[in-house]
Amino acid sequence: MNWLTNKVLPKFRQLTTKQDTPDNLWVKCPDCGQMLFHNDLQANQNVCAHCDYHLRISPVERFEALFDEAKYDLIELPEVPVDPLKFRDSKRYTERLKDARHKTGDIDAMKVAHGKMNGNAAVIAVQNFDFMGGSLGLAVGEAIVAASKLAILQKAPLILFSAAGGARMQEGILSLMQMPRTTVAIQRLKENRLPFIVVLTDPTTGGVTASYAMLGDIQIAEPGALICFAGPRVIEETIRETLPDGFQRAEFLLEHGMLDMVVHRKDMRETLCRIIDLLGTKLKLPPAVMKNSDKKTVAKPSVAKEESAAASSSKK
Amino acid sequence: MNNFLDFEKPIADLEGKIRELEGLEDGSDIEIKEDIAKLRQKALHQLEQTYAKLTPWQKTQVARHVDRPKLSDITAQLIEEFTPLAGDRAFADDKAIVGGMGRFRGRSVVVIGTEKGKDTESRLRHNFGMARPEGYRKAQRLMRMADHFSLPILTFIDTSGAYPGIGAEERGQAEAIARSIEVSLDVRVPMIASIVGEGGSGGAVALASANRVLMFANAIYSVISPEGCAAILWKTRDKAQEAATAMKVTAQDLLKLKVIDRIVDEPVGGAQRDVPAAINALGDAIEEELTSLVGKEPGELREERRRKFLAIGRLEEG
Ligand SMILES: [Zn+2]
Repeated sequence: MNWLTNKVLPKFRQLTTKQDTPDNLWVKCPDCGQMLFHNDLQANQNVCAHCDYHLRISPVERFEALFDEAKYDLIELPEVPVDPLKFRDSKRYTERLKDARHKTGDIDAMKVAHGKMNGNAAVIAVQNFDFMGGSLGLAVGEAIVAASKLAILQKAPLILFSAAGGARMQEGILSLMQMPRTTVAIQRLKENRLPFIVVLTDPTTGGVTASYAMLGDIQIAEPGALICFAGPRVIEETIRETLPDGFQRAEFLLEHGMLDMVVHRKDMRETLCRIIDLLGTKLKLPPAVMKNSDKKTVAKPSVAKEESAAASSSKK
Repeated sequence: MNNFLDFEKPIADLEGKIRELEGLEDGSDIEIKEDIAKLRQKALHQLEQTYAKLTPWQKTQVARHVDRPKLSDITAQLIEEFTPLAGDRAFADDKAIVGGMGRFRGRSVVVIGTEKGKDTESRLRHNFGMARPEGYRKAQRLMRMADHFSLPILTFIDTSGAYPGIGAEERGQAEAIARSIEVSLDVRVPMIASIVGEGGSGGAVALASANRVLMFANAIYSVISPEGCAAILWKTRDKAQEAATAMKVTAQDLLKLKVIDRIVDEPVGGAQRDVPAAINALGDAIEEELTSLVGKEPGELREERRRKFLAIGRLEEG
């Protein structure tokens, strides 16, 4: 990459503009402005090699990067009522849906897959910002309910990558109702003592942040991600002040105690694998450790785990 | 009634005339007395006609009327021995959300609601009913307390939304709302939410994930304000009327969508014209709903609440 950027790119820049780059072979980094070769960018999980800016990445690319050997199964998501309010602004909602489906090849803004992560079963749900801004409506809500059910069925953790401009306004109040609905889905998961891990990606705002995306047992964010309830523009209009640098970015939230960690995309799989391994229901302590140490401090959690395992198996 | 809405102008004119005549009248002029009676009849008729067919945008205006019942009116009229409880035990006491305990028609309850305030001084003190994270954390604390002591929870909602400010974001507005919804769906006591005026977005649903959601006939409940929706989808706030209609924000629409459970009728001309009568009707409705809930098992109350929300907007029960 370096020889390319140092030698070829400056010349290349002189010759072309963004619009006439052949076949989208080049992508301009939105942060540092460097031209990035498409294949290199893809190999780097859509992270700029120069400034570490995390560009958006498709749900499929995430699944491939996260599951063992890039192997996973997508689940078919439940059907939901289409355009329940018969909503129309300057365009019909059904038209907007059609466009988004054409653009992404997906039915709505959430994809759910299951597979193995470091040998452990895992369910991953990824919200797709490219589908109507990832907005939370009936379909995304139902996808989360389905993902939670699947995780419970498989006794697996649920890892959710959030990305949304907020609620699907075209579904009106029914989009708002996804806040309690998804919360119930997460509660079911938690009552089964299965980990819910949220990875907040750029941007996660509004009703999405104010429901499932802030209810993780573990809260992770990608570097630089905008994470907020009220968007920066709304706040500026309300208080008529310019906002401080880095306000509502992942690092700012980490500083303010709202996140457990900010994790670079290249470290995401390893981090998630480690977390689910550590939180997993399998007995992780080697027998030697248990014998040699104080039973009160070490043995207790393992007993609790055995009990819950026994309780769940006795239900069968 | 001095605060008329724009579409109430004909009524305002009639009532102005009535007041004028009343000023002239010295008690002896039968003709003037008759005129006044006729005008009163006409004004009432006009009021009934107007309020029978309010558009969603007009309802939005009514829902925001400065004389709508406030939480302080409701607690004063419906809650005996109301004992406010303050603070989130972490940072501050947010006065946009008022909560406490008291007795509702003989039964000990926990009350939580947004308070917009009545005059400039109290509006500022209550931040116009726009809560910060501390408000939602106080609400969580009180809901947990209600659960602990097996007290029903009554919430009252009248807010344009949660406060969009720097401090609110720094202290986790989103998390506070998310957690408030979570606690609402976790408690094992009866919970009844009443949308009194504006039910504005996440800031409202944070207190409205209840066993029963009641709504005044002219209240609104929406995912975003009509103006906000218009600004985003129509690219101009001037299309707020269209947005209000398209989003289905009225109690009548929401009952059809099964998002709310019951509409509470308002006095002719809106709750703002007769606040005590409106609050009394609300109290009756709450009492009825509460009576149907109090006998239930704690676990059943929670499970029913959760299932109710899961069923909203679904093609079929799943
Ligand atoms: Zn860059």
